[in-house]
Amino acid sequence: MKVNELLDMFLTFARIGALTFGGGYAMLPMLQKEVVEKKKWATLEEIMDYYAIGQCLPGLIAVNTAGFIGQKRRGNIGGFACGLGVVFPSLVIITIIAAFIGGFADMPAVKNAFAGIEVCVVVLICNAVMKLWKKAVIDAKTLIILLAVFAGATFTDLSPILFILAAAVAGVLLQVLGGKKA
Amino acid sequence: MIYLKLFFEFAKIGLFTIGGGMASVPLLQDLGVRTGWFTETELLHMIAISESTPGPLGINMGTYVGYTTAGVPGAVIATLGIVLPTMVLVLIIAGFLQSFSDSKYVKDAMYGLRPASAGLIASAGVSVAMLSFINKEAFSAHEWGAVVEPKALVLAAVIFVLTNYVKKTKGLHPVVFIAGAAVVGIVFRFAGA
Repeated sequence: MKVNELLDMFLTFARIGALTFGGGYAMLPMLQKEVVEKKKWATLEEIMDYYAIGQCLPGLIAVNTAGFIGQKRRGNIGGFACGLGVVFPSLVIITIIAAFIGGFADMPAVKNAFAGIEVCVVVLICNAVMKLWKKAVIDAKTLIILLAVFAGATFTDLSPILFILAAAVAGVLLQVLGGKKA
Repeated sequence: MIYLKLFFEFAKIGLFTIGGGMASVPLLQDLGVRTGWFTETELLHMIAISESTPGPLGINMGTYVGYTTAGVPGAVIATLGIVLPTMVLVLIIAGFLQSFSDSKYVKDAMYGLRPASAGLIASAGVSVAMLSFINKEAFSAHEWGAVVEPKALVLAAVIFVLTNYVKKTKGLHPVVFIAGAAVVGIVFRFAGA
């Protein structure tokens, strides 16, 4: 049973890896569909936490997030199953392209297809953010944190790690101070 | 031993890449200069391929460099080099978080982290949107009438409506829309190619 479950985790994340076009953020819509809705392995709130923490750690956001989800479900071995699963399709696809298809990225059909896919990814991320918004913004303070981080990340070159650390500190301070008043 | 060196070099890149695949580009540049495994032009070519295939950018780059340097075993070893050391670190921290998840301070920190996480993701969405909706040549030439890509905007609006408001289509798997967008991109020459 346990082996089957690990295989299921590996294959689910392999599917997510194969369907993610772009960086770790483009994986979010796929995680919502496969991990939150279909498999119910994690909640949307947990995925937000993993993204935030995964950004501050070395490594790739997609792999780190997969590791967190797998670890929570089946310990360290589960973490490896999900992390290696998300990587597997890249390994196969890129090796094939590197070996057989010279000039792949210069083909007109590939360029046009990816320009179309990019537009779709923008909309999918936008949909994902609207769902996250409902979960994360529970009062005026969380709304301010969201808008401040968005503005900071969009208009400055500061590292995302700074925003994550500041938001964690702000969360603790706001809750502790707010708790005293109430 | 080329395999050992590949693993070691990519483990280093994995451990020093914080905040996503693009952060690994300067490290790869440095690697190319030091080892002679690939030139600057080859690196640009690799970035283009990594961006036009599925999967995390950092992994795609590792696999590509590994393959061009030492064939299929090279591809596997470079990829594992990026992933394994950082995975160990992530799992240690994940275990740590798991045992403190009931702590009040961890919950308070999460209260601030969740909106921050949503804000960062929204910001990443905006930068992808700028790439696909804004025509850079027209922008730098100040031809304001041609700055916005109308085809991209129309496609975005259609996908937005289909994924949010049309009952029959809004529950569909995201890959359906990605495949559809790829076809529309080819038929209507979205990249002008």
